Amino acid sequence: MPPAVPTEFFVMLSMILFALGAMGVLLRKNAILVFMSVELMLNSANLALAAFARQWNEMDGHIFVFFVMTVAAAEVAIGLALIVAIFRHKQSINIDDLHQLEG
Amino acid sequence: MEFNFITVAFIVFSLITLGGAIGVVTCINLFRGTIWLMVSLFGVAGLMVLLSAEFLAAVQVLVYIGAIAILFTFAVMLTRSITSDKMRFTRVWVNVISAGILFVLFALGVIYPVWVANAATHFPVTDAGLATTTDLGVALVSGSQFVLPFEVAGLLLTAAMIGAIVIARDADDEGN
Repeated sequence: MPPAVPTEFFVMLSMILFALGAMGVLLRKNAILVFMSVELMLNSANLALAAFARQWNEMDGHIFVFFVMTVAAAEVAIGLALIVAIFRHKQSINIDDLHQLEG
Repeated sequence: MEFNFITVAFIVFSLITLGGAIGVVTCINLFRGTIWLMVSLFGVAGLMVLLSAEFLAAVQVLVYIGAIAILFTFAVMLTRSITSDKMRFTRVWVNVISAGILFVLFALGVIYPVWVANAATHFPVTDAGLATTTDLGVALVSGSQFVLPFEVAGLLLTAAMIGAIVIARDADDEGN
């Protein structure tokens, strides 16, 4: 059995993925794409949690990833329902058009 | 890190993950964005296998690719929001530089503690003795461990599904 990939590499990958997701959230104008970028960030956090769980030989990281996935599924269902409702109301999901709550 | 099968697999899955992520961030056609998201999620599933988290890899494929990415596809089709060339990005350079600064801060926050401050206590990882899927399943239903969070997660999912139906329902249908 060859030696395992060091945890640092997984953490670096997770960092790059999180930065890409954050860039997507900041950069995109379409609400669905912003949402997809949030999913990327959640995935990078899952990756880091699983990597640390292996590093410390603990199961808690895996449990946490499991619950993050549960919450992500709930969040996507609600978020996409909201996006569809907003689209029906305003005929647009461009986030620059959604500014009723601006002060 | 020497050159072996696991290293090659790590590099391949990393490239799949990051390529998919770049595709999501830069895509023009929203539908292609969802496909890129699936590619990226698949890469993460492969990395989960490399981390000896087979159950999480299976859940990743079933929940993320099988459910969440499909929901995104439905949302894209329901909103007819295939974006045009203009109106694609906001304030490109400011945001790219902000994300770059975020990445540099992350890199500093990881490189300093791992390679400088705690380099002496660094120990190599092994895949031996890791928790198996059976351990995970027992932990989720045993009274002394995670059964309460597990039940709360079930309640959360039920509430979210009912809420999604209520939110997405057409207001004109109320009387029927």
